[in-house]
Amino acid sequence: MDLGTFLQFLAAGLTVGSTYGLAALGFTIIFNTTGIINFAQGEFVMLGGLLAVVFMHWLDPGLPAAVILAVLATTLVGLVMERLTIRPVQHTSVINLIIVTIGVSITIRGLMMLLWGKDTYVLPAFSGTTPIPLLGATIAPQSLWILGITLLVLAAMRYFFSRTIFGRAMLACSFEPKAARLMGISVERMVMASFMLSAFVGAVGGAILTPLTMTSYDVGVLLGLKGFAACILGGLGNPFGAAAGGLLLGVLEAFGAGLISSAYKDAIAFVVILAILLWRPSGLFGAPDTERV
Amino acid sequence: MTRYLLALATAFVFGAASPVWAADPIKIGAILSATGPASFLGEPERNTLHMLQDQINEQGGLLGRPLEVIIYDDETEVNKAVSAANRLLSRDRVVAAIGATTSGNTLAIMPRFSSAQIPLVSMAAAERIVKPLNPWVFKTPQSDRHAVIKILEHAKSEAFSNIAILTVSDGFGQAGREVLQELLPAYGMNMVADEIYGPRDTDMTPQLTKIRGLNPDAIIVWGTNPGPAVIARNRVQLGMQTPMYMSHGVASKRFIELAGEAAEGLILPAGRLAVADQLPEDHPQKALLLEYIQAYEARFNAEVSTFGGYAYDAMMLIAEAINRAGEATPQAIRDNLEQISGFIGTGGIFEMSAEDHNGLDERAFVMVRITGGDWELLVE
Repeated sequence: MDLGTFLQFLAAGLTVGSTYGLAALGFTIIFNTTGIINFAQGEFVMLGGLLAVVFMHWLDPGLPAAVILAVLATTLVGLVMERLTIRPVQHTSVINLIIVTIGVSITIRGLMMLLWGKDTYVLPAFSGTTPIPLLGATIAPQSLWILGITLLVLAAMRYFFSRTIFGRAMLACSFEPKAARLMGISVERMVMASFMLSAFVGAVGGAILTPLTMTSYDVGVLLGLKGFAACILGGLGNPFGAAAGGLLLGVLEAFGAGLISSAYKDAIAFVVILAILLWRPSGLFGAPDTERV
Repeated sequence: MTRYLLALATAFVFGAASPVWAADPIKIGAILSATGPASFLGEPERNTLHMLQDQINEQGGLLGRPLEVIIYDDETEVNKAVSAANRLLSRDRVVAAIGATTSGNTLAIMPRFSSAQIPLVSMAAAERIVKPLNPWVFKTPQSDRHAVIKILEHAKSEAFSNIAILTVSDGFGQAGREVLQELLPAYGMNMVADEIYGPRDTDMTPQLTKIRGLNPDAIIVWGTNPGPAVIARNRVQLGMQTPMYMSHGVASKRFIELAGEAAEGLILPAGRLAVADQLPEDHPQKALLLEYIQAYEARFNAEVSTFGGYAYDAMMLIAEAINRAGEATPQAIRDNLEQISGFIGTGGIFEMSAEDHNGLDERAFVMVRITGGDWELLVE
């Protein structure tokens, strides 16, 4: 394989992997504060892309404004979801809460289908579609946007969790909610914040990927599944491990499709995940003693 | 007093319901996928059937009896299609049926109709529906084989010999792939790559990169939206100049919208519906196509699609068979369906026979090129 082909596979993998990574990041943020696997995470990714299309159509505020509006609206959906469906039943078992998230996911998907139809939609690229040649490979400008924005979001999250009081309070809730409450941290507020944050990162992923891959009301299912797989790959409790897991999963898929056979693309990813689970049940970057559900 | 009012109300309701028609309605069943993954096929089909029922009844119905089309939505699920078939056969007692939308669902419901001896006209493409021949089953869409023949004839005229194929891993793609694998050698061409993508995949650059490395003369892509639009975009993104053929599965305006500028120059076989206004004036289908397009778009305020045309042809073929037979019994409809020839439909000119229950060949397709965001008819 020549360098150009190698770089081409790598670029394709990192581009799609970024969205898996952002979805995975969303999973871990909510998992860390509540212990819930939020199965509506894929719907957040879908909303990010599809709402940008909706805003472009209704308000025509220009592409950047539409994307920002879509991300903000999805963040709001995260807040509403927590207030209306999670908080009222917060004292029930984790498994019940997970089932609630599945219900929310189906509801959001159904609502978008009714409101906006079943068609596929696309956004214009952020800065044109003229491919950029690079050492025998060609990279779409949108791929650079996707990688850049993903890294920016990751860096911001890292700063938020390690340097800000609010972020550290969220981490405290994840480690020991009772102790956090005794220290005067409002666990409810942290849970709400975690839903908003995960909706935010999911929506960013959806909005920046849509110019390249298009979107429709039902793309969230597959993206959510891949994001969850990325979490398992990287380690469920570790936000940055999960994001790295997403990138890795994307790259594995791209090389698998290009080198082995595209017929087994999805299978390759899941076989690798099974192998990881057997070999390192806590994921590549997870602490070995993490308790799992 | 109450009794008197009730009698009056009853008289009013019954009086209003049946003043025009003295005879029983002719019941035609339909099973289609108005919702679910194949809804982009089923929705225009359902709209078309509603429209035709009204049009036929306004013109006096069939044999002086009103037409009643009983439509069930199978939600693109096999089980629901089968239970809808059972309902049509045992409860609604239809004399003929249209459906299903997808090949898989059609294959699942076929045995029920043939054992009940009720004719079924499918709107699905798979060749297996009418080959081997089932005496009670017909279909209106052109077969994949005809689209492949059209593409390969064009490729031959361009002297392409090394061909790469990229097919979707669903029923539509598998059927296309089998025919391509069979016919490419027959046309003296080499299949240099045989790549596959998933129906919901969002990035096909790995497959295209692999194909680029093999340097084929042309690429044939087989799929339905949105996959081919992603592939068209990926092709531009990779800076590839290799000519690309698409299947008839994307012959709708929606594809051009999704692929945007990346659609420029792509070549595909399409039914004449897409290029109705570019057909020569003396083409036998032209008037019918323009009329259907105009009526559909006026009523539903949506762009017409080839798929609605399949339902149009199914309904009109059954209506023609009933008119020819002079009676609306299943046996008479079946026998007359088989004898229809030179019947002008949206999909082509149907020449049914006891051996051919589709009645179309590759002449039902024309080759079109996407130019300036629209279809350009390539001269045959």
